[in-house]
Amino acid sequence: MKESKSRPMNKRIYMDHAATTPLDKRVLKAMLPYFSEKFGNASSLHFFGTEAREAVEKAREDIAKAINAKPGEIFFTAGGTESDNIALQGVMKAGKRKGLITTAIEHHAVLYTAERLRKEGFNVKFLPVSSNGIVELDALEKAVGKETALVSVMHANNEIGTIQPIGEIGKLCRAQSVLFHTDAVQTVGKEKIDVEKMNIDLLSASAHKFYGPKGAGFLHIRQGTKIQPLMHGGGHENGLRPGTENVAGIVGMAEALKIAVKEMREENAKERRLRGRLIDGCLKIEDSWLNGAREPRLSCNAALGFDFVEGESMVLMLSDRGIAASTGSACSSKSLEPSHVLRAIGLPHVKCHGSLRFTLGRSTTAKDVDYVLEVLPGIVERLRKISPLRKGVDISEFEENIDEKHEHMHGQNED
Amino acid sequence: MYSNKVMEEFRHPHNIGEMKNPDGVGKVGNAQCGDLMWVYIKVAKNKKGEEIIKDIKVKTFGCVAAIATSSKLTEMAKGMALEEALKINKEKIAKELGGLPPIKMHCSVLSMDGLRKAIEDYRNKKGKAD
Repeated sequence: MKESKSRPMNKRIYMDHAATTPLDKRVLKAMLPYFSEKFGNASSLHFFGTEAREAVEKAREDIAKAINAKPGEIFFTAGGTESDNIALQGVMKAGKRKGLITTAIEHHAVLYTAERLRKEGFNVKFLPVSSNGIVELDALEKAVGKETALVSVMHANNEIGTIQPIGEIGKLCRAQSVLFHTDAVQTVGKEKIDVEKMNIDLLSASAHKFYGPKGAGFLHIRQGTKIQPLMHGGGHENGLRPGTENVAGIVGMAEALKIAVKEMREENAKERRLRGRLIDGCLKIEDSWLNGAREPRLSCNAALGFDFVEGESMVLMLSDRGIAASTGSACSSKSLEPSHVLRAIGLPHVKCHGSLRFTLGRSTTAKDVDYVLEVLPGIVERLRKISPLRKGVDISEFEENIDEKHEHMHGQNED
Repeated sequence: MYSNKVMEEFRHPHNIGEMKNPDGVGKVGNAQCGDLMWVYIKVAKNKKGEEIIKDIKVKTFGCVAAIATSSKLTEMAKGMALEEALKINKEKIAKELGGLPPIKMHCSVLSMDGLRKAIEDYRNKKGKAD
């Protein structure tokens, strides 16, 4: 999409931090030497190798410290998706038990991997969530059995920001001798994590969500956990994840995490304040709502919904005014399916399409929030003028055959 | 994702609105897909005695492509004889818009369905009146 001539040239307000974050300047500084100066392969025997190796191992220590794990329990990957894949596939294929329990609101990296495991013959259960977006512990307790090998519940949801009671889930799993994995991609660097206190056996993280570089992630694996590698090769990461280390990425990730943990409390307080202002302002728009429980929610997340209008249109109109946000609308997804998270919290289809997500970050200021509040009502109003929908309009005839094989042609094979 | 033409059509859509006393109404869409289009037409006879679309309005709930294609359709169909209007297809609409991503072609199909339904509605009403 070419840039709009109508976008105000000075406006670049980024409110999509859950999608990705900019590289912190301090992180870039830490990474630079490892590109052209200390560029050695960390496995080489000579001094270029050892200096790269030292950097990788220091990073491992720093990351372990941040989550109260041992350095030997940190494995470097290319990101959250890879970590999730290794965790689920690696654990299920290494053991005898065939049961996997996860939730209906997981990120696709967990959801589709779990689906794939089901096709391969594993017994997979997807736990529902309440309309609040929180997993019910009773349901989990009932679901765990002798055949359960692994429970995977994300720490916080990327779309609605609700935070799961993973401390309690970890306790439950430990009591039942079942492994517990958490996709913590949205919480590492944002919420306090202690793998010991929380009884976490496996944890996925991704650097570009906490002001680190894209292409770097890690998987924490408790010592003693039986797990198979997905990839085969040169034996790196104790054989779990071969491949020449992305030294600069790893160094950057560790630096980014250190900074994030240090600044966490203050940053969260700021984001909460601004986010509260944003939500309160947005909810003044008629026929609007918040998706998921207000708390416990990530400090940065404002997941809203607006009746009678569609998300992609809202996002692009906001983009034209220099504001970056996102939506769970079907129209904006690759599969043209509405957000599975919004469906899981019980939102009717037509309301899923009206979703708009703002996720704040370090750069967000009160001015930014006020600008959004200035611009958004007009956008919603404009789209409502274009829309046939309003209170009292009956669309029941257009809700037929929903979810039954959503098969009609949407174009070529969108993989 | 979208061409300049699609974005411009989206930013300044044409013929948006409802119609008082339309001659035909076509309501199409699917809440699961998130596209709903309501097409209103007024039919009159031109000098040749052909039935033409004198006026056409649309209201759309949907994405950029949905709004752009429905708007473009109304521009193309306005003033056309009914039979000619029925010949507009998704390729023609996409062409006028400088192309659409394959995943969004169904929006132009939907807008055509809306127009077809509106014309059908007009003919049914007329049939009953005659």
